[in-house]
Amino acid sequence: MAHASVSDDGLPHRLQWPRHLLARIFLMVLAAAVVAPLVTLIVIAWQGDDEIWHHLWTYVVPNASIDTALLLSGVALLTAIIGIGAAWVVTAYDFAGRKTLSWLLPLPLAFPTYIVAYVYADIFDAAGPVQAAFRTLFGYRTAAEYWFPQIRSLPGAIFVMSVVLYPYVYLAARAMFQTQSASLIEVARTLGASRLMLARHIALPLARPALAVGLSLALLEALNDIGASEYLGVQTLTLSIFTTWINRSSLPGAAQIACVMLLIVIALMALERYGRRHHRFNVSLRRQRYVARIALHGRKGLLPLIVCLVPVALGFFFPLTYLTIQVVQRGLLTGFDPELVRHTLTTLTLAATATAIAVTLGLCAALAVRLIRDKVAGTCLTIAGIGYAIPGTVLALGLMSPLVSIDTALNSISQFFGGPRLGLVIAGSSAALIIAYVTRFLTIATGSAQAGLSRISTEIDDVARTLGTKPSGIAWLIHIPLARPALGGAALLIFVDCLKELPATLLLRPINVETLSTYIYQYATRGNFEDGALAALLIVAVGILPVIRLTQFSEVAPAASPSSSASGT
Amino acid sequence: MRLFKARSLAFALSASLIALGAPTVASAQAADGKGEVNVYTYREQKLIQPLLDAFTKETGIKVNVVSASSGLEQRIKTEGANSPADVLLTVDIGRLGDAIDAGITQPIKSAVLDKTVPAQYHDPEGRWYGLSMRARVIYASKDRVKQDAITYEELADPKWKGKICIRSGQHIYNNALIAAMIAKHGEAKAEEWLRGLKANLAQKPSGGDREQARDVAAGKCDIGIGNTYYWALMKTSPTQKEWADATRVILPTFADGGTHVNVSGVVLAKNAPNKANAMKLIEWLAGDTAQHMYADANFEYPVKAGIKVNDIVASYGTLKPDTLPLAKIAEYKKAAANLVDKVGFDN
Repeated sequence: MAHASVSDDGLPHRLQWPRHLLARIFLMVLAAAVVAPLVTLIVIAWQGDDEIWHHLWTYVVPNASIDTALLLSGVALLTAIIGIGAAWVVTAYDFAGRKTLSWLLPLPLAFPTYIVAYVYADIFDAAGPVQAAFRTLFGYRTAAEYWFPQIRSLPGAIFVMSVVLYPYVYLAARAMFQTQSASLIEVARTLGASRLMLARHIALPLARPALAVGLSLALLEALNDIGASEYLGVQTLTLSIFTTWINRSSLPGAAQIACVMLLIVIALMALERYGRRHHRFNVSLRRQRYVARIALHGRKGLLPLIVCLVPVALGFFFPLTYLTIQVVQRGLLTGFDPELVRHTLTTLTLAATATAIAVTLGLCAALAVRLIRDKVAGTCLTIAGIGYAIPGTVLALGLMSPLVSIDTALNSISQFFGGPRLGLVIAGSSAALIIAYVTRFLTIATGSAQAGLSRISTEIDDVARTLGTKPSGIAWLIHIPLARPALGGAALLIFVDCLKELPATLLLRPINVETLSTYIYQYATRGNFEDGALAALLIVAVGILPVIRLTQFSEVAPAASPSSSASGT
Repeated sequence: MRLFKARSLAFALSASLIALGAPTVASAQAADGKGEVNVYTYREQKLIQPLLDAFTKETGIKVNVVSASSGLEQRIKTEGANSPADVLLTVDIGRLGDAIDAGITQPIKSAVLDKTVPAQYHDPEGRWYGLSMRARVIYASKDRVKQDAITYEELADPKWKGKICIRSGQHIYNNALIAAMIAKHGEAKAEEWLRGLKANLAQKPSGGDREQARDVAAGKCDIGIGNTYYWALMKTSPTQKEWADATRVILPTFADGGTHVNVSGVVLAKNAPNKANAMKLIEWLAGDTAQHMYADANFEYPVKAGIKVNDIVASYGTLKPDTLPLAKIAEYKKAAANLVDKVGFDN
């Protein structure tokens, strides 16, 4: 109990332990709340369905596993190349347009993946403009007469998902590259390291923790997807959970696949943690300088410009232009659906509320872990972050029972005291949606808060404690101001993710509630997603400001004063 | 910075109040007048909303809607005794069967419905009623397909090798077709058929029904398989008209029967809090006004006899629905899904 002596600030002991106890209880309750839907899932899986399991194991799981593994490896590779590459280029070099690019690069984040899938299929399908031009150019009559890469395919899915999801990696990598101390790089340079060696031996290893976070966000997002995979014809595990539940009429079977999938995800995460168990980099407390960018002028600056423009064009401007054309062609502005205003407000309100709650909980959890400093607390925090690994549909299914149980209890209490029948106050209201969002995206908040806090040496806490400051005081005066950029970043990421969330929203939304993403979806299911183009643009419009702000949060001027003197702002 | 924090906090708080208060306001509004009815629907809201609006206009009963593409039976089941659901509108016979299996229905006792909805299109015990029909048909290339009639069985004929496009075999529309094939010919024959169809595909199953017409139009394949109303929707869409124009609809039949037809239908929720209004809505949906809307706005076949089919749909030819009871198709739903896995149809 090393921390007991540290926290010995002269207060009587009976006042001292309840504070830790509260923090512990908070962490456990939080972990329990996130685990609740999983418990439902396990209970359902436990009901068993031996017959279907044999069938699934023989015909479904092998194929789905291979497709999923290929999809995820492809997305991992491509997002890593694009994300890390672009981040390195805009951090290490100075060239015309660099500033603009650094905030353009994260913009694809504002697009729901399946929308981009529809857009690319429209453009590159046999009937699309590209192949039509190809036919005219080479004199083919039908699409059966030549070979053309099929966009509705596994490689197509990898491409589409990567151009939408690379910003997760980009943002993480950039934040890391930017705050790396110049001294390491300079030492390496004086020792004769080339630029490539710098990237490989210094920048990348230092950035690894952040990259792991960015990559896992991108991959879990890809894993969670149903809309794009189904449309592009990729048989992923998530899709097979869905078809097992709906078509094979076996909820237990679906729950079993979900459990297996979750185990794999947890194992991978554990492996990743184990892999970097000896890597802990604390940022020095002294003022530090950041690496100066290498200026590239004239034609030399053209290459980095193009390298960074390609992903932005593919992930953002291309779909944006296509949707804008649809809005104009279809007269969606003149025939403006006034309901859209209401849906936009609903979407904003839900996303903002969920974000505020998630960030607050995430910060409190990270602070509690820092205060307690033991393994149990850390485990609780890890568990609280598991929501992101559960596909939205599964999460929604799992959440329903616990929420209804709470409602039933509330009704019983109310009626016991002679009150009215309340109905489904939680499960039947927007509270259900907010709880689902918070559960799903909490890990972004806890992760960022922890990352932000981990850069502050615990020695600072200890010094502050010996000077008589209470833990809450330290949090307020030191931790929160220093972790603010990380928290702000998390808030914006969660906000944008909430805007785009579809599967859980579809299943849990209360009566008469429509969000922008469910609005688009109803056109998409009719095979007419272009009529929802305006709503898609609205999601993007609402999402763009946060994404731009997100970049500004992570923007650090080279050689400026380090973040540890942020108190002046 | 303080100010920023305080402001965002205030915003978040007021936002959550609005969000949490919204459903309460909704139910308070409905308290006056003729009351309300809560509809859970698998039918896309854009399709169904005009019908519901017309119902409200005619009866003064407010309709509240939740729409989703899956999981509504599960939601109603979990919500249990406190569920606000009155009515569940679904597409596909399999879904209607699921609702019954989930134990969330109660018999719809209505002499009006028994009179309007033909026996083939409702549950013998009155737990579900069909409201509109659609057929699973062929979108054939105008240039490259000469024949005017075709059987479903013929789709497995090697003469179509590399010429057929279809969406995922696990999609409910295809699932029902395959289930019908099993019901008619038994599992072994159906498997052989499905393998034959798979061998004839021009590409891996993907996309939706419209994409199949689109691929036929581009020459990727000669025939696509899709539902009747999609073709009409394309025909009337300024941007998709060319896909419809490049194809024509052939109403296929089973070798020994008629065209495969599926229904959109309705069940009454077991714990319906507004049962009387729910019954009014269900009967209204089977009535003339609604049936005309199903025909002309959604391009479906009305379930009520004597209601005119839309001209575009009528141009496909006279529909001769297969006589296999829909309940039979629902029975083989799971077997059909398993068969799709077994032959690796989607791989």
